[in-house]
Amino acid sequence: MSNFSKDAHLSPLTLHKDIAMAATRDGYGTGVVEAGEAEENIVVLCADLTESTRSLQFKEKFPNRFIEMGVAEQNMAVVAAGLALNGKIPFVATYAVFSPGRNWDQIRISSCYNNLHVIFIGAHAGISVGPDGATHQAMEDISLTRTLPRMTVIVPCDAEEARKAIHAAKDAKGPVYIRLGRSATPKFTSEHTPFTIGKGQIFREGTDVAIIGAGPIIHSALVAAHALDQQGISCRVINMPSIKPIDSELIEQAARECKAIVTVEEHQILGGVGSAIAEVVAQTYPVPIEFIGMHNSFGESGKPEELLAKYNMDTPAIEKAVMKVLKRKNI
Amino acid sequence: MQRLTTREDLERMANTIRKDIISMLVEAGSGHSAGPLDLADIATALYFNVLNTSPKQKSDPDRDRLYISCGHTAPVWYATLARAGYFPIEELKTLRKLGSRLQGHIDRLTTPGVESSAASLGQGLGIACGSAYAGLIDNKTYQTYALLSDGEHDEGSTWEAVAFAGHYKLAHLTAIIDRNNIQIDGPTESVMRKENFKEKYEGFGWHVIEIDGHNMEEIIGACNEAKAIVEQPVCIIAHTIAGKGVGFMEYQYQWHGNPPNKEQAQEALAQLRTLGDKISGSDL
Repeated sequence: MSNFSKDAHLSPLTLHKDIAMAATRDGYGTGVVEAGEAEENIVVLCADLTESTRSLQFKEKFPNRFIEMGVAEQNMAVVAAGLALNGKIPFVATYAVFSPGRNWDQIRISSCYNNLHVIFIGAHAGISVGPDGATHQAMEDISLTRTLPRMTVIVPCDAEEARKAIHAAKDAKGPVYIRLGRSATPKFTSEHTPFTIGKGQIFREGTDVAIIGAGPIIHSALVAAHALDQQGISCRVINMPSIKPIDSELIEQAARECKAIVTVEEHQILGGVGSAIAEVVAQTYPVPIEFIGMHNSFGESGKPEELLAKYNMDTPAIEKAVMKVLKRKNI
Repeated sequence: MQRLTTREDLERMANTIRKDIISMLVEAGSGHSAGPLDLADIATALYFNVLNTSPKQKSDPDRDRLYISCGHTAPVWYATLARAGYFPIEELKTLRKLGSRLQGHIDRLTTPGVESSAASLGQGLGIACGSAYAGLIDNKTYQTYALLSDGEHDEGSTWEAVAFAGHYKLAHLTAIIDRNNIQIDGPTESVMRKENFKEKYEGFGWHVIEIDGHNMEEIIGACNEAKAIVEQPVCIIAHTIAGKGVGFMEYQYQWHGNPPNKEQAQEALAQLRTLGDKISGSDL
């Protein structure tokens, strides 16, 4: 009934209210300690947000490989590059509004132009940051990073995928950006769910519309798809955690087979995940697309679920977008 | 790499590098004149005497590192690296041309010997901090040098790195400031007040040495003194004359970002030749 792809190995509790919850930042916290155990050259740099970014466990376990930078994100990016030039694998952790928000130029020249293996952890991304308000809700970080040559961009959908992304980033080459959220969200993937940089994964089979996106909002897409199923609408749901490089083949296949797409992300529409998907669709098999995401505005204070509802990034909004794109498909 | 130990040999090399700079710039038709010319003595002292590095040691984990922050001074580093044997001297004439390994601003991935790409100002000291910190973690004793312009001290990021190095007492780090008193829009103190460099650096926990940046003995002496200080990072404020060696360029901020034309280049080369293959710092 759920139509989940067997290959996705999703939790049987995915659509159940008792699903385990964790923030993607927690997956980073676990993953970076595991990575640190496996690779002694890993170092973690943090700009006065050690607990909040979940870097604390690494600091306690490897005090000599943790570097407190103070509130100095520009210097954090370049010091990381200097470490990478000398054999270290730095993880650079702070809020995404500050990195890549404040230090984009440092990332561009010192890590990307130098082609260095530095992993940037952008925590507290998305409107679900909640009560801190617009200043702390990074809604532009995917655009900022994906436009940089040599940069890999990853947006995990849950804590388990974030943990896997840390391991993949450790083994990658060149600069990597990993986007994390603050709020606890459903932990619906399993250790068997595939994760490879450059690959997407069909989470749910369907033929009428393909919902494609990245981040915890993918869980809302699965819930929406299930609800739409009751109305006889068959939705494919594709998790696309690797925004760059993106899985063009999987997107083209979805366009050809479903002939209508809804993109989902907790980020500005301009330049984000939906844009990346639309670039592929436009160049391969053009079909109607509706975009779920932030429409050129700032967020505000509120509870995460209130904000996701107000700014049309929740399950009902996804359902509406599916209905809208179906109408365009049938013209 | 050929190590030069006498003042005469070092000054002769610096003058050769100055001539290379003029020849490169007139061929390129664009680029920076003043900074590269005033850095020729420091670049020569570093690559031909101070640095424990060479074309054969490019991947040696124990080599000394020089991170150039003011990437617009590329011509002096290209000329110095070529003269030090990192790549053929004939390649200097390809500066800024399509397909060249000598980009307008320094690029680690294309030019042999360049330790880090740079040119967006205010990044080189942080890179050097990362290098020095990696040495701390690994218990290495290599020396990390950062070459900074005075103008880039307008950047807040420079001061973030100054604070970091002082806080962590990065003793194997030496920053050299090219204090030539000019930047694009005018004299440094009229564009944005910079002084007092010495007190500012000391306030952040650095040891500061002030030298004549055209005097080989002072440059090499300060670098050796810095290396011997094991409690804190060292800043060498090298007082230089912008455009040093070419009379009509000296002290002129208008020559920060412009190349000489053919006639000016001929005049510049003639002046450099009449200096008897050496530049004296005694007129400071």
